Amino acid sequence: MAYDFFINLGYLVGAIAFVWGLRLLSSPDTARRGNILAGIGMGLAILSALFTREIAAPSNNYAWILGGMVVGGVVGGFAAKKVKMTDMPQMVSIFNGLGGACAVLLASVELFLMYKGTTAPASNGQLGIILGTVLIGGITFTGSMLAYTKLHGSIWDNTFVLPKHNLINNILLVGLLAFAVYLFILGSAAGTTLGILFLALALIYGASFVIPIGGADMPVVISLLNSFSGLSAAAAGLIYGNNMMLVGGILVGASGTILTVLMCEAMNRSLLNVLIGGFGGGGASAKGADGEQIAKEVSLSDAAIQLFYSQSVVVIPGYGLAVAQAQKIVKEVDDLLSANGVEVRYGIHPVAGRMPGHMNVLLAEADVPYDKLLDLDDANNALKSADFAIIVGANDVVNPAALDDPGSPIYGMPVLEVWNAKHVIVLKRSMNPGYAGIQNPLFFHDKNRMLFGDAKDTMTKLASELKGM
Amino acid sequence: MDTFFVFFDKYLILIYLLIFTIILGFEVISKVPTVLHTPLMSGANAISGVVIIGAILLVRAADPNDYFSLGLGFFGVVLGMTNVIGGFVVTDRMLEMFKKKKK
Repeated sequence: MAYDFFINLGYLVGAIAFVWGLRLLSSPDTARRGNILAGIGMGLAILSALFTREIAAPSNNYAWILGGMVVGGVVGGFAAKKVKMTDMPQMVSIFNGLGGACAVLLASVELFLMYKGTTAPASNGQLGIILGTVLIGGITFTGSMLAYTKLHGSIWDNTFVLPKHNLINNILLVGLLAFAVYLFILGSAAGTTLGILFLALALIYGASFVIPIGGADMPVVISLLNSFSGLSAAAAGLIYGNNMMLVGGILVGASGTILTVLMCEAMNRSLLNVLIGGFGGGGASAKGADGEQIAKEVSLSDAAIQLFYSQSVVVIPGYGLAVAQAQKIVKEVDDLLSANGVEVRYGIHPVAGRMPGHMNVLLAEADVPYDKLLDLDDANNALKSADFAIIVGANDVVNPAALDDPGSPIYGMPVLEVWNAKHVIVLKRSMNPGYAGIQNPLFFHDKNRMLFGDAKDTMTKLASELKGM
Repeated sequence: MDTFFVFFDKYLILIYLLIFTIILGFEVISKVPTVLHTPLMSGANAISGVVIIGAILLVRAADPNDYFSLGLGFFGVVLGMTNVIGGFVVTDRMLEMFKKKKK
């Protein structure tokens, strides 16, 4: 009696630890404790699973389990220690995929054992859950792997996009759902061949639905797949009637869903629009190209002097900063300015990096204290009273066309209103338009001065100028 | 319709759990500041590693001669554990960077 009590207590405390751990993530000061707490909860849950008596006639096979845990633990631990912070989106993508893969594996085993007649035919509800888990787990797995290859740069956008790819995807999805219903009706009579076909279709659809999605939309896709990985864990939990898996999976599903919505809002696009793709098309009417507009330049030493004697500076980092590996040198400039009493803060757009919150992590890695990292609203407030806004490696997120040019493809997207600062300096390699290929009228704004050159190189020179003052 | 009523009665507690967890999840996670969204995602990776429980139960229930279940179950444990350890460790690594405040 007491034995079962402690097993169930392990699950219960584990589930509470998950929730409490996530709650502690509400502040950077307590977040680390929260993560450790959630880890302890996971440990308790695993112990409970190892020793529960809910399995009729267990043969345990502990050697297999421990072997798997050691292999997984070593691989996971090694990856976690080695991964570069710039590569976090890739890592999260792979981990999304692994969660989905695990769920699809479990559901497939249950499905095929039933088809082979090893286990009794599942009840209707059970069969529905198993099929659903194969579906969502499979999509999560291959979708995430494809997202990984895209982020990693080994597959470029449009490499495998077929003509009418979205139509093909929609047909695939409808076919897949109809197939699931068909298997559900057939029950255990469906047989292994149809089961394998269903699994294969789910895997193909997963990859296919990520293929046409553009690189700029990756923050949305990663968040969405994060949510799917949680849902597949929750679905697998239903197969085993395990509340712990259900709670954990739903929490992850909720987290991924919230982030997906936030990322969509940050780009002013609906999820459907992201999935269907086609960013940047039809933006030909964008203003800014009319006439011979000339962007004014500023010299390095002038920029250094002006910054040195200003009151407050807001740095707007974009992904170009991370590409140039210039975080550390930006922090050095920050230190030099701060030493002279300049208030330096960072305005971070939600899609500044390749995944939600990515830029914050990259700056935190460079030792920038988190209270200097402002989110969109705070940054826009700070910009109103700032002397300088310095834009490093960002472009579309500071484009005024998003507010005043209905013809622009990014019209309606919330942006950092840098032109409210007294002066703007844009660090840029050349006048080429940004990632999305949209011209930026900010460059021709009265308040703006261009500082041409490689971001890291320019910041290094700026730092040495400041040192000389 | 009757089957639905039976289903509903039978799984009432489960339905409660499902709904309340969804509500709780949205409440708790909407309080996470944007600064911490990347650690939130990697932490979520770790938590989704909770599928390892299913893999453990599968292997424990498998017949010692059923290499189909054992092999795939083993693989499931590897995948789940990679997520759990990898997710928690990398999240800790990130949160440590946020911990450092101004000297």
